[in-house]
Amino acid sequence: MLQILRSDKTVRWTLFGFFVLAIAGNFMPTWVQNNLMFGMARGLAVLGLMVLWRTGLISFGHALYFGIGAYAVALADKHFGVSDIFVRLILAMGAAGFVGLCLGFILRKYRSIFFAMLSLAFSMVLYGVLVKVEALGSTDGFSVSATSILGWTPESKYTLFCAIIVACATSACMVQYYLKTGLGALTTAIRDNELRVEYLGYSVAKAIHFKYIISAALAGASGAMMAMALGQVDPDSMVNWTVSGELVFITVMAGPGSVIAPFIGGVVFEFLRTYAFELAPHAWQLIVGGTLLAIIFFLPMGLWSLLERIWVRKGSSS
Amino acid sequence: MQLLITILLDGLTYASYLFIVSVGLTIVFGVLKILNVAHGAFYAWGAYASAYAITYASDMEYADWIGFVCIFLAAAAVGLVLGMIIERVILRHMYAQDEVLIALATFGIFLILEDVILLVFGVNPYFAYQPMALLGRIPVGGISRDVYSFTLMALACIVAFSCWWGLTRTKWGKLISVVIYDREISQAMGINVSMVYLIVFVIGAGLGALGGAYVAPTLSVAPGFGIDVIVLSFAVVVIGGMGSIPGALIGALMVGILRAVAVHKMPELELFVVFAVMAGVLIIRPEGLFAPAKARTI
Repeated sequence: MLQILRSDKTVRWTLFGFFVLAIAGNFMPTWVQNNLMFGMARGLAVLGLMVLWRTGLISFGHALYFGIGAYAVALADKHFGVSDIFVRLILAMGAAGFVGLCLGFILRKYRSIFFAMLSLAFSMVLYGVLVKVEALGSTDGFSVSATSILGWTPESKYTLFCAIIVACATSACMVQYYLKTGLGALTTAIRDNELRVEYLGYSVAKAIHFKYIISAALAGASGAMMAMALGQVDPDSMVNWTVSGELVFITVMAGPGSVIAPFIGGVVFEFLRTYAFELAPHAWQLIVGGTLLAIIFFLPMGLWSLLERIWVRKGSSS
Repeated sequence: MQLLITILLDGLTYASYLFIVSVGLTIVFGVLKILNVAHGAFYAWGAYASAYAITYASDMEYADWIGFVCIFLAAAAVGLVLGMIIERVILRHMYAQDEVLIALATFGIFLILEDVILLVFGVNPYFAYQPMALLGRIPVGGISRDVYSFTLMALACIVAFSCWWGLTRTKWGKLISVVIYDREISQAMGINVSMVYLIVFVIGAGLGALGGAYVAPTLSVAPGFGIDVIVLSFAVVVIGGMGSIPGALIGALMVGILRAVAVHKMPELELFVVFAVMAGVLIIRPEGLFAPAKARTI
């Protein structure tokens, strides 16, 4: 595995980029740091969705895993006082991954609009429970206490910022590695022709199932990060269908080109939202929705394809 | 006994308005093959337009029955204007794309329309109670109930009947079923498919707006009005079978009654029940309980 990672250009660039960002974060104003943190955290879920999208599947229900991750952190904090970042992440990813494993048995048989609808239904079941059950915080949700690392509770948010960046870099590299393996490479092939993939001796259902679990665990981690960064969980901003919509939106905006794209997309989305909100408090959705339409129409391969184009032009002229 | 009557009437009222909204969604899906997330925005627009018109009419001290005219005019106006603009300007260029990508584009349209509402109508809620107050209340089985909710049921019946009649007994209905059956062949036979698409989309949008316009007097019309409705009508449409009108009727009745039972018996389960049934139906019969038989094309 290390051999592949060492020789991979994307991995090197990813690590370098995240390293620079972690250092630069120290000198940024708090609001920029916060936005980057939220964008990165969301990017984790988008990374998982990107793996699914390459296979031709769009899930309108990943708020389910996002919410499970966030609520795993909040509930463990409330009932057992768990505040360690590693325990929190493992809990969130474990819970989300397990639910993904179970639901995957059903979902792996579904494609296109049915896949989207069934995942939407599952996520809305969780939403319905969370909103109405008092013990789970109802519409108000919970607050989440400050995160500690191995018993040490840092004072500034910069530590959490770095932790999120480390988690993002690790996941990006692991997904990059996974996409290079035999099973992982079965993405576009499945989208283009499932029957042929089956003839080649691979099980399409198993490949999709595994990708689904990966995306679920990543969304869980993303929800956990978001809960820690915000210090608050609630159903409407974590589990409602609009959250799934936002995640899919970022996926399409970022494009399927690279494992770095989701994080760029997440950060761009966060800044887009902040600026749109400042520019027009009652019309930020208008700006966000307009951007979505513009990207679907003019940049079907997302922002990453734009970067790639600039890159290639530079390469050819020099 | 009284509880049973209450549950039944609540359920039917709720089912009626869900049906009116969902039937628009299902028609659009059946013909255009578009899962229209923006439908929730049509609903909200209908509600806002009718609430605005009703308050305006009552401020001008017109007769109270004008309120009912306002409701239908508002729905028709929203359907025509928004439906036409969106189909012609945006969706028309997307039919070749993947279904889910189109759904995502309609999500973008939904976000835009939600905010245009705020820009046009402001952020304050509207209370357009006049039509409901005009009809008063009557006792049913010992419980006093609004007459307005009964007119809502009647409206749902009228919508259901006209859809059935329109699709099976008129020339336009025949054309629509032909286009559903095979788009390319019908185009080759000289049917103006793009016109059929436009008309169906406008009708669908109008029905969504009508649902919103007619319930507006019973609620306070406030921002975020369409967010819950859209997933509920997805549930209705999926339960009954996407693209099936009788399916939408059955789905709306199931969701309406189940929800009413849950509200009165176990309030915690109100939303859970609806989506659990939706997931269950998708697992057992992905095409929905009453999906139309698929046409076989070579």
